[in-house]
Amino acid sequence: MTELSPARFNEQAAAALKDAPLQRALGNMRVGFIEKRRKAAEKLPEFEALRDAGVAIKTHTLAHLDLYLEAWEQKVVDGGGRVHWARDAEEGRRIVLDICRAASARTVTKGKSMIGEEMHLNPFLEAHGIEPVETDLGEYIIQLRRETPSHIIAPAIHVNKEQVADAFREHHTGLPPDRALDEGPDLLAEARTQLRDRFIAADVGITGANFLVAETGSSIIVTNEGNGDLTQTLPRVHIVLASLEKIVPTLEDATTLMRLLARSATGQEMSVYTTVSTGPRREGDPDGPAEYHVILLDNGRSDLYGTEFQEVFRCIRCGACLNHCPVYGAIGGHAYGTVYPGPIGKVLSPALMGIDAAGKLPNASSFCGRCEEVCPMRIPLPKLMRHWREEEFGRKLSPAAVRRGLGLWAWAVRRPALYRFGARFAIAGMAFLGRRRGHLKALPLAGGWTAHRNLPAPQGGTFHDLWRRRKSNRRRDRR
Amino acid sequence: MPASPTASPAESPTVALFVTCLVDLFRPSVGFAAVKLLEQAGCTVEVPSAQACCGQPGYNSGDRESAQAIAKGVIAAFEGYDYVVAPSGSCGGMIAKHYPELFAGEPVWQPRAEALAAKTHELVSFLVDIRGMTAVGSRLEAVCAYHDSCSSLREMKVQAQPRLLLQSVDGLALRELEAPEVCCGFGGAFCVKYPDISNAMVADKTADIAQTGADTVLAGDLGCLMNIAGKLSREGSKIRAWHVAEVLAGVEAPPIAQAEAPGSRGGGGPGDGP
Amino acid sequence: MSAREAILGALRQRLDRDADDGAGAKAVAERLSAHGRNPIPQRGQLDRAGRIGLFEDYAAEADATVARVAAAGDVPAAVADFLKRHNLPANLVRAPDADLDAIPWDSQPTLTLEARKAEEPDAVSVTAAFGGVAETGTLVLVSGGDNPTMLNFLPENHIVVLWADRISGDYEAQWAALRERYGEGALPRTVTLVTGPSRSADIEQTIQLGAHGPRRLHIVIVDERA
Repeated sequence: MTELSPARFNEQAAAALKDAPLQRALGNMRVGFIEKRRKAAEKLPEFEALRDAGVAIKTHTLAHLDLYLEAWEQKVVDGGGRVHWARDAEEGRRIVLDICRAASARTVTKGKSMIGEEMHLNPFLEAHGIEPVETDLGEYIIQLRRETPSHIIAPAIHVNKEQVADAFREHHTGLPPDRALDEGPDLLAEARTQLRDRFIAADVGITGANFLVAETGSSIIVTNEGNGDLTQTLPRVHIVLASLEKIVPTLEDATTLMRLLARSATGQEMSVYTTVSTGPRREGDPDGPAEYHVILLDNGRSDLYGTEFQEVFRCIRCGACLNHCPVYGAIGGHAYGTVYPGPIGKVLSPALMGIDAAGKLPNASSFCGRCEEVCPMRIPLPKLMRHWREEEFGRKLSPAAVRRGLGLWAWAVRRPALYRFGARFAIAGMAFLGRRRGHLKALPLAGGWTAHRNLPAPQGGTFHDLWRRRKSNRRRDRR
Repeated sequence: MPASPTASPAESPTVALFVTCLVDLFRPSVGFAAVKLLEQAGCTVEVPSAQACCGQPGYNSGDRESAQAIAKGVIAAFEGYDYVVAPSGSCGGMIAKHYPELFAGEPVWQPRAEALAAKTHELVSFLVDIRGMTAVGSRLEAVCAYHDSCSSLREMKVQAQPRLLLQSVDGLALRELEAPEVCCGFGGAFCVKYPDISNAMVADKTADIAQTGADTVLAGDLGCLMNIAGKLSREGSKIRAWHVAEVLAGVEAPPIAQAEAPGSRGGGGPGDGP
Repeated sequence: MSAREAILGALRQRLDRDADDGAGAKAVAERLSAHGRNPIPQRGQLDRAGRIGLFEDYAAEADATVARVAAAGDVPAAVADFLKRHNLPANLVRAPDADLDAIPWDSQPTLTLEARKAEEPDAVSVTAAFGGVAETGTLVLVSGGDNPTMLNFLPENHIVVLWADRISGDYEAQWAALRERYGEGALPRTVTLVTGPSRSADIEQTIQLGAHGPRRLHIVIVDERA
């Protein structure tokens, strides 16, 4: 498989549109998530007020981020945990490796973590002789398939159950060939059995964090499967991967965001497991890890504070913008070629990778605005995509043909009389060509349009010309 | 919302019609329909000649400078009227929502942009919300699906108003799409920059329209309509497409992308009308 | 420069911290100690009976089963009932929790219970909840010597005993109760909010119960304290 890249967005999108199993899988998503979110939001009269409160919490926290990080760090240390700061992915990977080596780790279980994806942690651990085992069912499936997540909360949303069965048969040695793996429950039972042994054997457990709580020095993970809890409790060492913006001041603040998270993500009232973890095993605790580490990743984020892009750090990774995005719904997540797909990815990826690398993404939006409408944190995603387009245009990174076309257009539009003069001829020509059918099937320079649709023919004559004629007729009639 | 009693001057405000570039070039009949409806609503309509485009193509392509230059021209041409009305949520939204953003922090232009934004409206919502129109006198034998354009729906809050007026059209029955809040895939330059993705989106939309059993699709934005009608036409569908203003004012032109209006006289230039 | 100094330094510069005269630090300290409340959904703000009823409704909606008993003495029968209904073995592992110690398990001679942490392949566990939240039918489970965490996750069947007087309308009341028990700014190693049994929709967006945690969650609500 060629490495996915945002530079090849167009080709990857074209391939996705022709991928029949993917299209079938995306069909499931479009009905499920959207309807469930709508019902969950309608069922809670305070939902809009909670969104406002969520925005206020994050806005306050981001404005005092340095101070909250320090307060949180102090609490972690007081509770016997350790905080590791990482400027970039490479530094983050090194810290993980050092902790694993100190623990003489051979296998590592992992709960779902987008920061882990951002760090490209799995290939790195494998290269250093440590086996990472993804434990979220979706992550486990795509790990077997050697893929990356295609959705931030439903990583295997692009996979059909037949493909899951194939992956299990290929990788689960000792699986009897006659064992039925036709239905979801068969597959779930098989994964549960396989992973149970891995949970117990793991030396280190790595999870992400949905929130970090400054008041108590805690990390919070939210899962439906319970894999995160098994991951962080059974091994001797627990590593939390988090980024700067995960911090919230108090448990009450985390609660407000929790009330928004599951409803926006899956339409659940609450996810099944929300675990607040504070430090390592206490004296008298019969279980739990002996070591608790948090790796705090920057990876380009601190550069965006104080800029118009800061609003993106309100994101709580619910995935609602993906679920409601018609572009994501058409092509799925892999076509984006980035860790974060969908609208949030279109804003975040250029920040993490550079606009020269990810510039295609913020352009690939019809600006329908549905992402902003459903974003629980009211992030103005289209506006931020437009800011990236401005950055790209300003640095002359957009294609030359586009720049020339825009330049000509802007020059003409600012001269309405001249513009009208030119338009009159273009329109008359097109109207003539389309007069019999009412549309054109092809037109030079309009291949992007006419590849898939006919071009409605102009009625003939511009409104302004006709209007002028009507006005002079009226004047004449009055005389 | 009732007719605004504070509309000033209340009795017969002067409305500047922002024609929009697509209506100007492709479908003048929409412009004439808008004029007719505005006059029915007691407005005096002017069409400032110093207008071409609202600047959105530049704005959405990251060319802020061009967009600002164009916007300044629009502000200067339109700020002297009581209201600015566009038969489009997209162009209306550009002026009403994005012009102030475009000039944020500029001491001279921001207040002027805000003042213009405050009196700029999408046509149908203007008729209902500001002028208190509740019915029209037109007639069309049709089963209609109404497509909410994204900018009308989200930026200009147009949703109930067209449905209210369409219910008063004699002979017209309304059907709702299964996913009325989903984009049709037009998106301005998006549809030519990302034709395959746009095609997948518009194919979903035409399928949704077809499953309602409607024989006609209406919308308040010509961009969406050209996209949808162009796709329907390519698919060989008989479903007709008109701008909502044309139907509210009384249809005088063949459906979009079709040569003749079934059962009506074809071709007659709307400019020759009364 | 350490990564810590580099990151914090960049943030301080971006946020113009030097210029704020300590106002930022004051705002942060106040916020951390005030535990200010954000909007709280009305639906949980009910009297005791209403809260219990709402808890039962939402727990059931999340696919938990609920039994309600008058007193601690009735718990063993409710547990035996649950086991019989699902044809489960009668040997259980339970948390060494004082409230559970006080339950007269002997009243159901078929039951055998071991008080210890969970191990493979324990099939059924019994733990005691710190509290319950009516708003979403959510259990509040805390770790400690008396409630080993893995009892909540390893066995396929999880029975939780919840005293009705610990059911609050909202989560905020539970945080207040935790602060009362563990102190300001302090928590047990884990506080887990549990809403229904484990599930996954990762295969074709179809929800299936019992992904890695319990397939069944049975909540026994006890009305009266002994």
